[in-house]
Amino acid sequence: MSANIVIIDYKMGNLRSVQKAFEHIGESAIISNDLSIIQNASKLVLPGVGAFKDAMHNLRELGLIDLLNEEILEKKKPFLGICLGMQLIATKSYEFGETKGLGWIDAEITRFADTDLKIPHVGWNSVQYANPSPLFESIPDNSDFYFVHSYYFDANRTYATGICDYGTEFIASVQKENIYATQFHPEKSQTHGLRIIENFSKLPIC
Amino acid sequence: MLKHRLIPCVLLKNWQLVKSIQFDSYRTIGHPTATVRIYNARNVDELIVLDIDASLNNEPINTEIITDMANECFMPLTIGGGIKTLEDVSIILNAGADKISLNSQAILTPSLIHEIATVYGSQCVVASIDIKKIDGHYHVYNKSMGVLNIDPIELAREYEAQGAGELLLTSVDHEGTTKGYDLDLLRLFHDKIKLPIIINGGMGSPEDGKKALEMGADALAAAYIFHFSKYTPNMIKKELLDHGFSIRV
Repeated sequence: MSANIVIIDYKMGNLRSVQKAFEHIGESAIISNDLSIIQNASKLVLPGVGAFKDAMHNLRELGLIDLLNEEILEKKKPFLGICLGMQLIATKSYEFGETKGLGWIDAEITRFADTDLKIPHVGWNSVQYANPSPLFESIPDNSDFYFVHSYYFDANRTYATGICDYGTEFIASVQKENIYATQFHPEKSQTHGLRIIENFSKLPIC
Repeated sequence: MLKHRLIPCVLLKNWQLVKSIQFDSYRTIGHPTATVRIYNARNVDELIVLDIDASLNNEPINTEIITDMANECFMPLTIGGGIKTLEDVSIILNAGADKISLNSQAILTPSLIHEIATVYGSQCVVASIDIKKIDGHYHVYNKSMGVLNIDPIELAREYEAQGAGELLLTSVDHEGTTKGYDLDLLRLFHDKIKLPIIINGGMGSPEDGKKALEMGADALAAAYIFHFSKYTPNMIKKELLDHGFSIRV
């Protein structure tokens, strides 16, 4: 039986590009914020672009915070956070004041320091492996992925699976048990990105 | 380290993708979705599509084709042509594009750049300037409005101040030829403008790309070379990489 993948719709950007990446590798994925559909999902994907504060507000308004905690932390469903979706699993963010995140990994979302480098960090940049992860299976080390972000996931490297260098080294991807997340956009990163989507869809369902 | 990008820049006309030569005499490249699929398979870094029906004939933006192309595009997609309002931008982004490119409307209303950047971020706005050289001087050119009495550098500075994320700089004289990028134009802009520059017009060989990167281009846009030459995107990228440039292969 194929996995029942649900892309969580919390009104933060166009989720269609993530959906079509799953379709491209032969998986179907539903875009929804319906609580019962999410409860029945076998895997959950949280993409998103925009401000952290708005995102947490929307998750709360939709009644998704408790539900996600239950589905991910207790039922241990495989979870993929993308871009803002990775940042939301941190403890807190300093974007437009301090906002509490989902807190699944001890991390703070911090703005890139002002240097000569442009903010946001936009474009193709290479990711060096840290801790091994099934998400990167069959993808060579130091492959390029597409990034668009002004804030990064500031944490110790316990759960880091990939590191990127943009003036400073920052965590480009993490994994903690069933929780997977990438700062870059696999759905915009061509072959290697699609491979990440495929690797996620192949993860065993608990 | 961020990579230099190789970007096909093609035109949408009569539901087909076309390539122009010096902004005239269009040659058909192919069906939009099929062409995007090929670009995707050929490992280009981004794609720019400018809808010239929308910009020249005042037709509505063709969201159907944009959606179809976006569905095949697993890399950043920039759409331009006929964008006049924030609402147009919203429609294009919802159809699956990642960035929009402004040309005519930015000349008329530069503050539109600021408006879009405020809502969607600077990374979303590619400001496009077409340039024509007359008697040794560079002039802003627009397909509808003709040669304009505006200093190209002043215009680029205005776009920068309004919050554009990058600059698409097209030499009308070099466009659709294979005589190489206009390196003098690039030098002029590179010295005075901080925005990342996507240089467009004239790439005929990997060597042309190398010269433009040496002159400070951030990204290389092209079309002719991909369709009417022996060079594939990967061949070009490999050669640039061999020259020591930071390139995704």
